Amino acid sequence: MLQAEDTVPDTRSAPKLRAEHLGVVYDRDGQLLPVLEDINLDVQNGEFVCLVGPSGCGKSTLLNAMAGFLSPTSGSVSIDGEIVMGPDPRRILVFQERGVFPWLTVEGNIGFGLSKLSRAERTQRIAHYVKTVRLEGFENSYPSDLSGGMKQRLQVARALAVNPDILFLDEPFGALDSITRVIMRGELLRIWQTERRTIFFVTHDIDEAVQLADRVVVLSSRPAQIKDILTIDLPHPRNISSSRYLELRDELLKQIGLAYEI
Amino acid sequence: MSSLAQPRAWERFFWPVVAAALLLAIWHFSVVWTATKVFPSPLSVEKGIAELASKHVLWADIVDSLRRVAIGFGLAVIIGIPFGLWLGWIPAANQTVNPLIQLLRPISPIAWIPVAIIFFGVGDHAAIFLIFLGALFPILVACVSGVSSVPPIFRNAGRNFGLSKSQLLARVVFPAALPQILIGARIALGIAWLVVVAAEMIAVDSGLGYLVIDSRNSGKRYDLVVAAMLIIGIIGLALDFGFRRMEKVKSVRWGFRNAS
Repeated sequence: MLQAEDTVPDTRSAPKLRAEHLGVVYDRDGQLLPVLEDINLDVQNGEFVCLVGPSGCGKSTLLNAMAGFLSPTSGSVSIDGEIVMGPDPRRILVFQERGVFPWLTVEGNIGFGLSKLSRAERTQRIAHYVKTVRLEGFENSYPSDLSGGMKQRLQVARALAVNPDILFLDEPFGALDSITRVIMRGELLRIWQTERRTIFFVTHDIDEAVQLADRVVVLSSRPAQIKDILTIDLPHPRNISSSRYLELRDELLKQIGLAYEI
Repeated sequence: MSSLAQPRAWERFFWPVVAAALLLAIWHFSVVWTATKVFPSPLSVEKGIAELASKHVLWADIVDSLRRVAIGFGLAVIIGIPFGLWLGWIPAANQTVNPLIQLLRPISPIAWIPVAIIFFGVGDHAAIFLIFLGALFPILVACVSGVSSVPPIFRNAGRNFGLSKSQLLARVVFPAALPQILIGARIALGIAWLVVVAAEMIAVDSGLGYLVIDSRNSGKRYDLVVAAMLIIGIIGLALDFGFRRMEKVKSVRWGFRNAS
């Protein structure tokens, strides 16, 4: 499982994920609708990148193109130098909600992508990730008996269980209440720090981006281009009332075109 | 009693019993007042049920009817579910076959009786064929719509974990569509029970449908006719009740949360 990391050294010259002149044009009833235009982006191995932008600008489109669910109209996405042709268990997309399978238990969901493993390995892997996302005691529960936050943790566990090198998250906490959302951010950071996957995280929440990311990519409104890439040079755990935090947050708000005062 | 109040436990039994008693009373006094010689009173029907129950032929008839339903409905499930999944899975197949299904679907299985007798002769096979036909279409339709209403998010998640097309069908699409398929199968079972009685009146000489028609033909025993009708109703209710218990199975229960 560590072979991939051995063969692909984590150097600045070889990014984990690279988007080159990526463009997506939708065909809506014969009318061409450009959504993404000339997106160029490198994501390093183990990096946590957040993608923000005005609503409807094409954040999810970019994510779907990177995860291989959508073929770009022009340009390409490559992972470890290999062009992405379709979805692959080495990179898992976590959906906003309703992503877990309601007909399977917590264990069944986490073990969903593990049918190639031996029974013993599978049981061990499931137990590990039940613990990672703190769902002990709910192994045999069905998603309908779980809260929204637990379901999202389950979805993350199901994704991590297959050992992907990249996690794509599409507003994973967007449907949760604000308190659960804050808790989930802490959980995700904890998991990211222990598991060290590359994370590409779409959000519409500026604070979420500044709290989580190493870098924040800002998209313009449609047809979306990369407007700016902001490096968040704050160590974890981040003090969310420090002046640097507020400075970066204000910078992001300005980038998106929002006023300082409401 | 306010209309918002939850009925109390005793009320939930009390009022239905009152309604049934009222109906029995109306029935009883209608028979008494009209002095009909033909139509039986509830009391003579009750005696009729006791008479049927004491004769072993009733149990044989019940077993025959249930056997025919089990085979006909079973065949409809075994053939209908894979075929329906296939139709739902491949839009081109559905577009090709759907007009034919929609044309055949409104034809009552009763109308097929002459055709069934040409194909299979008078006997069990004709009756089973009719039950199969009646049960097949609700199952097919439920499968097609069940598969096409599986949320794309589930399919995408399945694809993301590297499932092949057949694995996707077996591990994602089928379980996701199963609650809807069960609803279709439940309707199909109800139809099968309707059809078996009709088929037994014409195609065979055993079963509850035959019991109804035979009680009339041999001596105009209308007490036995109505007794047999009641037995048919009770068994149909029991079948539906039994089938509904499947909705409680945990791997499909999520699909029935908001259903009645």
